[in-house]
Formats: sequence, structure tokens, C-alpha cells
Amino acid sequence: MTATTASSAPTWMSMTRGRFVVEVKEFTRTREQMVFIFFFPIMLLVLFGSVFGGQEIADGVSFAQYFLPGMIASGILNTGFQSLAISIAIDRDSDALKRVHATPLPATAFFAAKVAQVLAVSVVQIAALVAIGVAFYDAQLPSGSGWWTFAWVFLLGTAASTTLGIAMSSLLRNAKAASAILTPLVLFLQFTSGVFLVYTQIPTFLQHVAAVFPLKWLAQGMRSVFLPESFEAAEASGSWQHPATAIVLAAWMVLGLIVAVRTFRWTRHDDN
Amino acid sequence: MTEPAIAIAGLRKHYGDLHAVDGLDLEIPRGEVFALLGPNGAGKSTTVEILEGFRKRTAGDVRVLGVDPHHATKQWRDRVGIMLQGTSERGSLTAREALGYAASLYPSPRGVDEMLEAVGLTEKAGSKPATLSGGQRRRLDVALALIGRPEMVFLDEPTTGFDPEARRQFWTLIESVRGDGTTILLTTHYLDEADHLADRIGIIAAGRMVALDTPAGLRARAADARVTWVEDGTSRTEETPTPTALLRDLLARTSGEIEGLEVVHPSLEDVYLRLIGDAASAAAHPTGTATEEASA
Repeated sequence: MTATTASSAPTWMSMTRGRFVVEVKEFTRTREQMVFIFFFPIMLLVLFGSVFGGQEIADGVSFAQYFLPGMIASGILNTGFQSLAISIAIDRDSDALKRVHATPLPATAFFAAKVAQVLAVSVVQIAALVAIGVAFYDAQLPSGSGWWTFAWVFLLGTAASTTLGIAMSSLLRNAKAASAILTPLVLFLQFTSGVFLVYTQIPTFLQHVAAVFPLKWLAQGMRSVFLPESFEAAEASGSWQHPATAIVLAAWMVLGLIVAVRTFRWTRHDDN
Repeated sequence: MTEPAIAIAGLRKHYGDLHAVDGLDLEIPRGEVFALLGPNGAGKSTTVEILEGFRKRTAGDVRVLGVDPHHATKQWRDRVGIMLQGTSERGSLTAREALGYAASLYPSPRGVDEMLEAVGLTEKAGSKPATLSGGQRRRLDVALALIGRPEMVFLDEPTTGFDPEARRQFWTLIESVRGDGTTILLTTHYLDEADHLADRIGIIAAGRMVALDTPAGLRARAADARVTWVEDGTSRTEETPTPTALLRDLLARTSGEIEGLEVVHPSLEDVYLRLIGDAASAAAHPTGTATEEASA
């Protein structure tokens, strides 16, 4: 028990990188995560695209085209919010978080690695969605400024989803409650936020409810990237509402951050 | 390095009316292997989790390697290895991956292959927790606690669920770590384990230390033998340091067979059971011994 592997002292960056690799392995090797978080939006895009794809919902915009940005938005919410909230709650229940806390890994490195994992999974997921949309459903790649819009909507949306996911993991009493509560919640948002149904076709009061939450803005932001400019007039407000989108997503991110920082715990709720 | 590895003074942990730890004092010098023994709910795990920096205390002063674990820093975690109670079959990393990742967090870790070898998991290096047996997972947990070459190691019920051979292997492993000068605090239900491994044993019951001694010192408390027999139709018991003299006396006054004769030398276990039994009946708080440890 004397030999030492020659290695330099770990740094914050090296520990974050190491943890990121662990997080990616944990995600990709967990069947539930891969099926329900990663592949689910892709399967839905193919399903809805095949069934309703041809229907035109506005001039030159098919339902499949409308559905693509919705699935991208929902993928961001799934990967950041739903997946993190449930997986962290499970890790807390099974003492996996406590084990992490027993090591010298700094908390900031742990969270940075989680965020990096969410970003990595989201990027691959969105690339797959866009590739399928372009190949089969006449979706068009955004132009130059569209990519810029995509970048900030994606980053703000992921940031909000991630902080809210971590916050939610602490608010739920245990892992069993996590999926039971979150799955219908996310489903409700998907139906009311212009993901499964066209936003302007749902009752106004439901539109107002959905407008409180981030998914509606995330979906609308992604529509502004992937739908032709002419569709802007068909939005509920007649506008893409970029400033409002940025404000709402940022507000949710800040709220998530505050709650996450104040409520996060490494140990179970009954363990203090 | 004269500073003790662990210094506890007046430690208390209350959950409402339940005094899980009720005034504990303890000092463990560097390099010692110390076993904390006690029944479920005695306050063992609560104490250890306070020392590990996972639980807040109600009162008292605690120093582990000179640091208050409630304010654990990364530098402190570099020097402390922790094996939690219980194990989990969740986790997607193979044994080798988990150890490789853990090693990358410490400034001068032990080698991954060397650790796998030491805990007898070389053959299982490519297996994930779900395909390891309970004992194998526990050995992986030991390896994870030791990989960072810690100065202080906490092992919370390390061999629960081990078969006898696995426990022997574990003991050998701990002896080799002790050779490196590592301080070890282990909690256990097994008296023979504490007897075999520990320099000193602390017996804790109802949140208090009821005995603190070397294994030999504890055994010395078991010097009295218990002699039972039946005389004139009634069963009699006597405890004596000189059972042979008692027997000679008995033989002298009895003709023929002595009915129900039995001479029992109490084991370490008898000492232990008597100690925790006394503590339980003396406990001021009737709920104090009946409640499970909060982490269970």
C-alpha cells in the first residue's frame, strides 16, 4: 500500500472535468434517462410529424415545422428541469450525494459538472431533432441572426431549467414523489405552452397560465428561430416578444438559483 | 503531530426530547485504531456523522485532525476517508472507473490497481454495483474510503453482511492500513471484530460512553466465572474469581453427582451485554434506548 500513481494535485478544472465525465456516464448508462429524457422528444417529433405533419397551421407552416421548436424547448425542459430534479432527488435518497460530499470535490465543481452534462445532452438532442426536422419535415435552418437568437434562448432556457431542477430536487421530500409530481406538471405545461398543441388554439385563460412559466417562452423563442419571419404575425401577441422572453427566462433562472442555493442539501430530509 | 486525531468534549445531540448523544468525551491519538461499539440507537452513527461533518451537534467541542468538522474544508476532506453505513447498488460506474475518478480528487492517492487488489476486487474491476454482491460493494466502499491515502478513516459498520472469510480479508486490509500510521475509527456490532482490530474499544449506550478500555482491559473485567448447580432441590449461582476452590468445596460436601453443574467463563460478549444492559436500565430517559438511530 505504498505505491502512488504519479499525478499532479487536482485543480478545480480537473475535478470539474472528471466529474463531468462521471455525470455523462451516469446519464447515458441509465436507461430511464436515455429513454424518457433523451429519446422521448425525438420519438414524439417523429410520431407527431408523421401523423399530423402535413396539416398547415398558417401560410407555409406545417404542423411538423411548428412542432420542431416545441420539441426543442421541451427537450431543454426535460433535460434540465425534469431529469435533474428526479436524478438529484434519487441521489439524495440513496446517499449518493452524501458520498460526493465526503470527497474533496468542491460543491461549485459538482454543480458546474451537472450544468455541463445538461448542456452536452441538450446540444446532442437538439442536433438530432433539427437534423430529423430538416431531413423529413421541411424545417429550415436559421439564418445568421437566427443562430444568435438560438444561442441566447438555448442558454437562458437551460440555465433556468437547471437551476429550477436543482431547486425542485430539494423541495420534493423524496425521490418517489419526484417523478409522480413532475411528470404531470411537465405534461400540463407541454399541452398549454404551444408544444403539443398550437398555442393560439388553446383557451385564452390557459394561455395566460402557461405564460407564467418558462416553457411557453422557450417554445416561442425557438419558433422565432426555426419558423419563417412571416409566422411572427400568427403569434398570440403578433410578435416574437424577444425582450419579454429574455426577462421571463432570466427571472425564473434567478428564482431557481435563489431557491436552489437556500434549500440544497447533501443529505436526506430526515437526516440532520 | 502531538495533537490528537480526534478530540471530543461534552458532545451532545438532541432530537427534541431524545438525547441521541448525551455528553460524550473522547480523545483518539494519531495512528490508533478505535472501535465504537454499541447497540442500535446507542448514538454510534450519530457521533460518527458529527465527526464526518454531516450532522450538526447540539453542544460540545469537536476536533478532527484539528478542524471542527462542521466547517469542513476541501483541504480537510483531502485528509479524511469516509465509508458510510449501508451501500447502494445504484451507480453506473464500474469498480475501476469509480476508483479512478475518486483517485483523481486527491493530491497523493493510492494506485487503483493496488486498491482493487487489496480489497480483492481485481476480478470484478469491470463490474458495476448492481452486479456485485453486497459484500463486494462494501469492499468497494472501503477502497473508495482509502484511495485518497487519508490520515483519518471512518468506517461505519464496515463488515455488516460479510461472510466470515470476507471479514477476515477485511481485517487483514485494515491491519495493512494501520501499518501506514492511519488513524481509524470504526463502528461495529461485532465484538470479535473490535477485539481483533482495535487498540481501544469504546462501548456506547444511550448516548453515553459506558466503558473505554483496551480489549485486554475489557476482558479482564470478565475474570469472574459463573458456577451454577442444584443443591437441595434449589438452583444456585455464584460468581467467583476462584471457581476451582468453589468446586472443591462443593465436592467435599456432596456425595455422588452434582446436579446441573455448570462452570462458565464469561466472554467479552458477556461483559459487553452487562455494560449495555446496566446503561439501559440506568438511562434517565425512557425513550433513549428504544429509538433507532436517525440515519438508519
